Amino acid sequence: MFLTARARMAIRILAFIGLAFLYLPLGIVVMNAFNTSQTFEFPPPGFTTKWWNIAADDQGARDGLIASLKAGLGATAIALVLGTMAAFAVQRYKFFGRSTISFLVVLPIALPGIVTGIALKNAFTEVLAIDFSIWTIIIGHATFCVVIVFNNVQARLRRTGSSLEQASADLGATGWQTFRYVTFPQLRGALLAGALLAFGLSFDEIVVTNFTAPADVQTLPLWIFGNLFRPNQAPIVNVVAAVLIVVAVVPVWIAQKLTDDAAGSRF
Amino acid sequence: MSDAPPAGRKTGRRGGVSAFFASKRRLRLGLLLAPPMTWLVVVYLGSIVAMFVSAFWTVDSFTENVVHQFSTVNFHTVFTEPLYRKIALRTLGIALAVTAIDVLVAFPLAFYMSVVASRRLRNLLVVAVLTPLWASYLVKAFAWRTLFAPDGPIGWVTGGHGPDYGKATLVVTLAYMWLPYMVIPIYAGFERMPKSLFEASADLGAGAVRTVRAIVLPLVFPAIAAGSIFTFSLTLGDYIAVGIVGGKTQLIANVISEDVVLNQPLAATVALIPLVAIVLYLVAMRRTGALENV
Amino acid sequence: MRTKRSRRMPTALVAASLLAVGVLAACSSSGGSSGTQGRNVPDVPMATSVGKGEGELNLIVWAGYAEKQWVKPFEDKTGCQVNVKIGNTSDEMVSLMKTGQYDGVSASGDATLRLIYGGDVAPVNTDLVPNYATVSDFLKDGNWNSVNGQMYGIPHGWGANLLMWNPAKVKGNLDSWSAVFDKSSDYAGKVTAYDSPIYIADAALYLMKTQPDLGIKDPYSLTEKQLDAAVGLLKDQNKNVSEYWALYTKEVQAFNQGTSVVGTTWQVIANVINGGSKATVKTVLPKEGATGWSDTWMISSQAKHPNCMYKWMDWIITPKANAQVAEYFGEAPAQTKACDQTVDKKFCDTYSALDADFASRIHYWTTPQTQCVDGSGDNCTDYAEWTQKWQEVKG
Repeated sequence: MFLTARARMAIRILAFIGLAFLYLPLGIVVMNAFNTSQTFEFPPPGFTTKWWNIAADDQGARDGLIASLKAGLGATAIALVLGTMAAFAVQRYKFFGRSTISFLVVLPIALPGIVTGIALKNAFTEVLAIDFSIWTIIIGHATFCVVIVFNNVQARLRRTGSSLEQASADLGATGWQTFRYVTFPQLRGALLAGALLAFGLSFDEIVVTNFTAPADVQTLPLWIFGNLFRPNQAPIVNVVAAVLIVVAVVPVWIAQKLTDDAAGSRF
Repeated sequence: MSDAPPAGRKTGRRGGVSAFFASKRRLRLGLLLAPPMTWLVVVYLGSIVAMFVSAFWTVDSFTENVVHQFSTVNFHTVFTEPLYRKIALRTLGIALAVTAIDVLVAFPLAFYMSVVASRRLRNLLVVAVLTPLWASYLVKAFAWRTLFAPDGPIGWVTGGHGPDYGKATLVVTLAYMWLPYMVIPIYAGFERMPKSLFEASADLGAGAVRTVRAIVLPLVFPAIAAGSIFTFSLTLGDYIAVGIVGGKTQLIANVISEDVVLNQPLAATVALIPLVAIVLYLVAMRRTGALENV
Repeated sequence: MRTKRSRRMPTALVAASLLAVGVLAACSSSGGSSGTQGRNVPDVPMATSVGKGEGELNLIVWAGYAEKQWVKPFEDKTGCQVNVKIGNTSDEMVSLMKTGQYDGVSASGDATLRLIYGGDVAPVNTDLVPNYATVSDFLKDGNWNSVNGQMYGIPHGWGANLLMWNPAKVKGNLDSWSAVFDKSSDYAGKVTAYDSPIYIADAALYLMKTQPDLGIKDPYSLTEKQLDAAVGLLKDQNKNVSEYWALYTKEVQAFNQGTSVVGTTWQVIANVINGGSKATVKTVLPKEGATGWSDTWMISSQAKHPNCMYKWMDWIITPKANAQVAEYFGEAPAQTKACDQTVDKKFCDTYSALDADFASRIHYWTTPQTQCVDGSGDNCTDYAEWTQKWQEVKG
């Protein structure tokens, strides 16, 4: 290696500081999920699991979870379809305006959420005159989830190339057969990784949701927003957040394994 | 390269639908593009355009109902009142500070992950960097509020002399929020770099610092640019964390979110500021190749 | 075979669609009347009877107005499931009402007339609300909740904005708004204020008493010069402010953790803080007087569940429910018979609930207009200017 032992140690320390920075607040969240003090005194006067029992019974948290799951699944499904189609179009065909499409797809996630939120709210209430519902939330989420799937699928398509598909056509397979037996298995990993990331993004989204949610539907972030500062509810919010962090490791791990599997080796 | 089957091969027998599409390339392309483009252009871009058309309207100052008459008064307000310039510059400054901190923290971390760490550790680290993104944004911001509270950990360590909620606490919090978005592109950038370059550089007699400066930085720069797109865009659009750890600070998105309550045309006009800034930034970054690294 | 035809389709498609949608959106008219400057009240039909409940009710309320204690019995009795959306400021409430997706709102005086003239609320048929008969007389047919003798809502309750402080951090018994204005530097970095342009009236009220040569007679009727003076006072205050609050829980949290020690408040916030174990606070109605609110339940002109809304409007002013909400929030109940139902028997005395004279001395939230709301002329500043100035105050 070109790095001296001292340089390696320095890098290690800097990396460790970065990771510590990343996990310090999460540690606070977990600590306060057990903190006997409702107002999160530091150092904690004691530890308790009573907030966990209360959180398990909290109707608002449960409704929020269900609403978020619904919105996430709906948005991810739409994003999978649209993102894959767009990725195929851009990767497998040559046409004028290809790079415009890439630019366009990135826009919903590059532009501030508040711009997207206001624009969609205006479109729903003034232009289309439809009421807010779980579907307006899903539409909002799907719009910025498309790019996640698009990027993942496009990257995978670029890596695998179309030679296998051509070989399949040469051997007499129809277009559908080629897709089903050759293309799709190669894509599976990218689709799953894209879906997981898109779902994660939708699950935590607050800004666009704030502008497109109806009166009677609260996704989990909306519920958290309403309960964050309440003295009685704040510990419960921390419990919910702690659970999310722990549970999240699984899909993140899966997504990482999937995108890593087909990665080119270091050369 | 054509997808059409070689001449002479019969395709009509099995799978009529596939055969139909096999020779109609443009139709296939059109069908592939139609749904996503309809969504993005009609639903998304259309509503953005509709919103900016509304920037040319006004509201009745009493009933707050929108008056559908063409007027440039909102633009006049935004471009002449010093308030908007002040807040826009402040937001820009904070975005720059956040980006700088994130680059400084992410670079060594990504370097470690890609170059120094073993392969198994690398996967673990990627998971470790991505997991905080799944913790609720709101809860993370509130955790920083707790951290900076007079009776919180930082107050405890500094004997009650920690910073008040304001620009400094805001910069730290936002830098924290967007850090994974900077680490991952830079890490991917490092992954794409042929490691043989390091050895070649060492063979030619360059030390670590020289190698980083002359070889690594230029190659990884597009990735850094890609990460900066996120940190800029996310900071320019943030108005929630400000209300939790920013004290009495106002950012441009706060102005938009307050104005949109009763004067949406004005809010749409103010929203032009971050919109134009980001589009300009995207266009500039495009030339550096950052968009491939997103 | 590579097709050589260039594909201009996508870009042209993009441009055409954009243009089409833009033109379409520009031409589409938004619902509701165009709101002329407060002279003609839109013609919105009034209910003539209350039928069976529709099973659901969507309300916009001030925090603390729709708590489980009195909402649950209502739901059980009428079958109307209540969904509550908390509005943090009157502006938010007006904006939410305009979406047409809510059935009713607890509107303060600075929202009521805007809603009436904007066509967002319907006149209320008080014959359909039996408990209205025993509401305090001085709340009926007010200039904030009725037009041309027609009531547009059901009075809920009223109260004053108070000064709150943490005695552990603030010495002495405060009795003047000077603590948050002239003397705010005593508590530098720990002052808090309500995050709404209507707060300018609080500064104007203070100047009314301390700088009489400015000629301010009503805190909501301010000339340019008077407005500038008030804004100047607020910009000075801004230097000592820790945070502004619109979310009432944020003020609770700030006092609990000590980042705010003095500022304007509602009694309910003090009740929540004192009910917790972290901090204790005291409140006072300062000697200069106070701004306040007189809230009215209004029914949306686009209400999807009007029967449930009428049932709610009657329910919330039944003596028991009105007493419950008044004690929870810390305000004077509109229902005269509620005074027999309060847990604290001296509640109505403490809040001067039946004292018309006292009630008339609070400067209730009203929307400032160019036609001065106190009738002194038409050179006053309107709410749009106040909104602009408020953003300048915060910097």
